Amino acid sequence: MNIKKDTLALRASGLCASFDGIEVISDLTFDVREGELLAILGPSGCGKTTSLRLIAGFELATAGSLTIGGESVIESNNFRPPEKRGVGMVFQDYALFPHMTVLENIEYGLQGIEGQHQMTAQALAMTNLTNFGDRRVHELSGGEQQRVALARAIAPQPKLLLLDEPFSNLDPSLRSRVREELHDIVRQTGITTILVTHDQEEALSIADRVAFMTSGKIVQIGSPEEIYLQPTSIDVAVFIGETNVLYGVVSNSSVDTPLGTFAASDNGSIAAVLVRPEHLVLSKIGIPATVTHREYYGHDQILRVQLDDTTLVRIRIDSRTHHLPGDRVMISLSEAPLVLAASG
Amino acid sequence: MIAAVRTFIMRSSKPGQPSIALILSALIVASLTIAPPSYLLFRIIDNSSAAADAIFAISTLELTLRTLAYTVTVTALATMIALPIAWLTERTDLPARRIIAILAVAPLAIPTYVGAMVMIAALGPGGMFSDLLEYDFPLPIYGFGGATVVLALFTYPYLLLTLRPAIGALDPRLEEASGSFGYGRWTTFRRIVLPQLRPALSSGGLIIALYTLADFGAPSLMRFDSFTRVIFVRYESTFDRTGAAALAFLLALIALSIVALEVWTRGRKRYDAIRIAGHPKAEQIRLGSWRWLAYTYIGTILALTLVLPVGVLSYWLIRGISAGEQISSVWQELNETLLVAGFAAIVTVIAAIPIAILTVRHSRFSLTRPIEVLSYSGYALPGLVVGLSLVFAGIHLRVLYQSYAMLIAAYVLLFLPLAIGAARVSLLQVRPSIEDAARGLGRSRWNVFRTVTAPVAYRGIITGGALVFLTTIKELPVTLLLAPIGFDSLAVRVWSASSEAFFARAALPALALLVLSSFPLLVLEQIGRRR
Repeated sequence: MNIKKDTLALRASGLCASFDGIEVISDLTFDVREGELLAILGPSGCGKTTSLRLIAGFELATAGSLTIGGESVIESNNFRPPEKRGVGMVFQDYALFPHMTVLENIEYGLQGIEGQHQMTAQALAMTNLTNFGDRRVHELSGGEQQRVALARAIAPQPKLLLLDEPFSNLDPSLRSRVREELHDIVRQTGITTILVTHDQEEALSIADRVAFMTSGKIVQIGSPEEIYLQPTSIDVAVFIGETNVLYGVVSNSSVDTPLGTFAASDNGSIAAVLVRPEHLVLSKIGIPATVTHREYYGHDQILRVQLDDTTLVRIRIDSRTHHLPGDRVMISLSEAPLVLAASG
Repeated sequence: MIAAVRTFIMRSSKPGQPSIALILSALIVASLTIAPPSYLLFRIIDNSSAAADAIFAISTLELTLRTLAYTVTVTALATMIALPIAWLTERTDLPARRIIAILAVAPLAIPTYVGAMVMIAALGPGGMFSDLLEYDFPLPIYGFGGATVVLALFTYPYLLLTLRPAIGALDPRLEEASGSFGYGRWTTFRRIVLPQLRPALSSGGLIIALYTLADFGAPSLMRFDSFTRVIFVRYESTFDRTGAAALAFLLALIALSIVALEVWTRGRKRYDAIRIAGHPKAEQIRLGSWRWLAYTYIGTILALTLVLPVGVLSYWLIRGISAGEQISSVWQELNETLLVAGFAAIVTVIAAIPIAILTVRHSRFSLTRPIEVLSYSGYALPGLVVGLSLVFAGIHLRVLYQSYAMLIAAYVLLFLPLAIGAARVSLLQVRPSIEDAARGLGRSRWNVFRTVTAPVAYRGIITGGALVFLTTIKELPVTLLLAPIGFDSLAVRVWSASSEAFFARAALPALALLVLSSFPLLVLEQIGRRR
């Protein structure tokens, strides 16, 4: 990876956008470093696609500013149209030109540029499409169409590459392979990339940093580990991976839950204790519980257990241990849980 | 300088909003459509007492009622012709149903005044049959009955065009559900199928009703005093121009209220609310020996609408040639018709595109709705009304009067909705994301339209052009009123010869007209099949 920590490829500050008077993006502020792959992750309708479209210039910002590669593209009344931003985009539906061949699609963005043929050949080679140049786009499979869309976007060597849910139209069985390919290509070119997705696995597995977005705002931005292990809000924790959430009132700077007592601040407020299922283990001594359901996944399994005070908890354990509903087990924590304020 | 203006126009458009160039061009086109009705209104206000005399006469009331009865009867008769054919070709195993479906639309190539002329030239006094049988028997073909039959026979294909796709899209599971409650085929048809076809029936019926109101040639030849005939007679023979203007305005109001009625009744019920995607294709109903009855029925219609016209025209053509009529005599009319109709088609399509783009891509923009409504006014305004108002406009704009520019402008106003509709359909099939993609790849809005939108949507644009071309060559009243001196279209030739019962002289231009109109029909059929 060659992320240049000190150079910024993009800086968004206070961007807002609204449709029919309803604000869909509010105060969008974040940076992307040169060569970095940033994933914007969030539930559908959170404004992540609109954010991409703002960056590409397809939507109008009502406030805020945006610089791409050090050049201002949105600033008060100064708006640079999409064709002058040097941003490549891969659309969710790929948006290939149906009346053109693969080659014509790729050459479309290179008109009047010197070394056009070489750039086209390079883009084709990079995406493994060298023999597909003369094909019509409707003759291609979904994965191939996606590669054409990528080749077309990277051929003009953009300063910034935007990927809008690039895997959502693919068959689930193809997804991880295509994701790997795309990741490799993006790394090879070294283009700064912003990926938008609602799939946490996708975001965590290929991004250098993940920005979690909800209701038109970025609520947390950080490395995949930070986002997963130190979520700053219950929303983030619940959306990214499974979490057991237990509530309790804080008193004497601690919160009491069926899984134990943990340090907390703000006496009198309600605190949420977040425990990932894999941070709970079956043990000889611990909290007694009864197995109610078993979900077997092969690589591991989830046991749903009921504590004696009726609290339901999910535990992820290895796939060899055999327990059936009705079995009595003991559970304990293998890692200190995260305690957050429950308001908000 | 021009480049600078262009840059300004393109630059000042924000994303998601129409460019100024687009708004301006759509506004110019839409504002032109207000011209005819407003000129009519000026004329009436100018001579308000004469206009009031014309409007509040007993004869006008009679005329209105007579025209309404005529319109309703034609629409009902056309429905009775079209519905069985649509159902037979879509839902049964009738052999050769595809060819029948194509043939059944072919009467669209025959203008109703040619249809009327054929009826007279076949059955009328001195017509083909009395000529062949050497006996003049008076058949009661003139008047209400004759005009109604002719109109229904040559306009039913409009209903066929809206009904066939609707029948094809019916979800057979609804009928099966009805059957599972123990209802028979007829009850199911009446209570389940027919209500679902209502939107198609009413939009097709609306086209026919408006056509009937607006049609001038057929009722005139059939000597039926429809609104259009009365207006024309007033304008031509007595030079009672204010009376003609007042009646034309009344006719426009009637047409608009029919449109309003259709919109109003359509708005209250929904038939597509619970449609589940990907329903199975309906099974074909086996006709068995019933197919002979079906063939007889369809055969009769096709005999009357295709065989009879071509046969009668050929008969009179041969009679004409043997009497010394020159084949080459229509050459000039043919050329001029082609030229004018082609030009009208191109101008109309160009005028329609900005409006179609506005309605498809910028439906939330504040001016879109008013522009759309205005541009559709030609759909409701009878040609005679538009033609007359431009004649009045010509009094003030002497330069334009009886110029090709004014004639073409009238065609554009009248047929704009056809081109907008066709362009809309194909623009709706162009995903907005491919336009965004093209812009992201460094192209301006105009460049994207030229290299992506237009090539992908070309079918709709050509369809619109073909439709306008077809209707222009058949058009009669506007051409009669606004034709520049020395311009003779095929339609005018057919009209002037047949209104004086010179069938032999009318046959050649009429046949030429049919041949000419079948080309755009072929284009439309080809485009429809490749979809």
